[in-house]
Amino acid sequence: MGLLSKKDAALIKDPLADNNPITIQVLGICSALAITAELEAAIVMSISVLFVLGIGNVVISLMRNIIPSKIRIIVQLIVVAALVIIVDQVLKAFAYELSKTLSVFVGLIITNCIIMGRFEAFALANGPWRSFLDGIGNSLGYGVILIIVAFFRELLGAGTLLGFKVLGDPIEKTGAYKFGYENNGFMLLAPMALIVVGIIIWVQRSRNKALIED
Amino acid sequence: MEHIELFFKSIFIDNMVFATFLGMCSYLAVSKKVSTAVGLGAAVIFVLAITVPLNWLLDQYLLQPGALAWLGAEYADYDLSFLSFIMFIATIATMVQLVEIVVEKFSPSLYNSLGIFLPLIAVNCAILGGSLFMQSREIPTLGLATTYGIGSGIGWFLAILAIAAIREKIRYSNVPPALRGLGITFIITGLMAIGFMSFGGMLTGGDEEAPKEEKTASVNKHEGSKGNENVALSTAETSEEKVIANNIKVNE
Repeated sequence: MGLLSKKDAALIKDPLADNNPITIQVLGICSALAITAELEAAIVMSISVLFVLGIGNVVISLMRNIIPSKIRIIVQLIVVAALVIIVDQVLKAFAYELSKTLSVFVGLIITNCIIMGRFEAFALANGPWRSFLDGIGNSLGYGVILIIVAFFRELLGAGTLLGFKVLGDPIEKTGAYKFGYENNGFMLLAPMALIVVGIIIWVQRSRNKALIED
Repeated sequence: MEHIELFFKSIFIDNMVFATFLGMCSYLAVSKKVSTAVGLGAAVIFVLAITVPLNWLLDQYLLQPGALAWLGAEYADYDLSFLSFIMFIATIATMVQLVEIVVEKFSPSLYNSLGIFLPLIAVNCAILGGSLFMQSREIPTLGLATTYGIGSGIGWFLAILAIAAIREKIRYSNVPPALRGLGITFIITGLMAIGFMSFGGMLTGGDEEAPKEEKTASVNKHEGSKGNENVALSTAETSEEKVIANNIKVNE
């Protein structure tokens, strides 16, 4: 890592595992669960959050000395809302079908706790470059969980990945379906998202005992 | 009739937490004790009941394509809908501040019980989600928007009350160490969401009228009241909460 000092690299690495925003800090759960029925939607959502959190953290960090602390929540909300409007308009222009799938959840990036949480906890106290790295790290940590959950839900629920039929065709009985495999349609329903995240937390905490709550 | 239908639909079938996962952050963070959960739940009902109708008015007269027609014919083709996120969140943040000030002034006791939760609410996804769903489902009148706001607030309240009661109880159970705390809460919520899916047939199954009559009739028998439907249904609501409250007491 010639480009980044050790401390800066930790800002990106930590949120990926041991300080993951979803499984450890419990931030940004709402959108993480709602849009993970398809891998494609999860990837687009991760990129949107990466954009909003990366730029938002820099903007807030640049303004941190001139924001009066009493109205900082409103200032933060306006900054996020402006960035989310950009994301929403870009999606509507270039990926209209996908923006229909994501529906209100693009708008809900505004109240995604990850964004407000990182603004409050990091950007208000650190310089722009470190805030930028922190934003990238946390949104990557968020994206990793999103993509893992969506991978399993789409694979087990619909037998596809990114829309490709990786397990063969369920109607013509090719591939795995020839041997009597069936899709578990329940994976596509809302409750399974919660249970999959619960299992991810279980696996992560069994591997790293330091994270266990008492 | 459509008010009652929307009311029950927003509480049970489209429950904020179990069907759309809105407000999960505060749902997970503030559900360790029943008493705090009740405070936050009440504040959410309160704020949703105010902001959803307010944002409905904004949407109708400012943001929708052609909504500015009341200013004159030359404004009729403006489409400001891309501004809706920023308008909604600004309304919510202002209303939360305003509610906080008003409550502090006129009812210090309510302020003491709600007060600490009010600032949290501005960034609760359930509140913004209520307004965004109101917009995307094209709710036709102001009255229905109010019903929708109150209904989804009550749905959220029920959800957080239930999970808080379960979490108080589960502290005495032998959960695998790695699942303790967050993990088991996720899995319980998932199971509760499966339970709530069974409400899906409540309004859609079979004849529109039949299941509803059955419901009110049984409520009437239960309460022994001969009042109109509205009264009967509202008593059903409170009696259900009483049952939950009783259960909690028994459990303790």
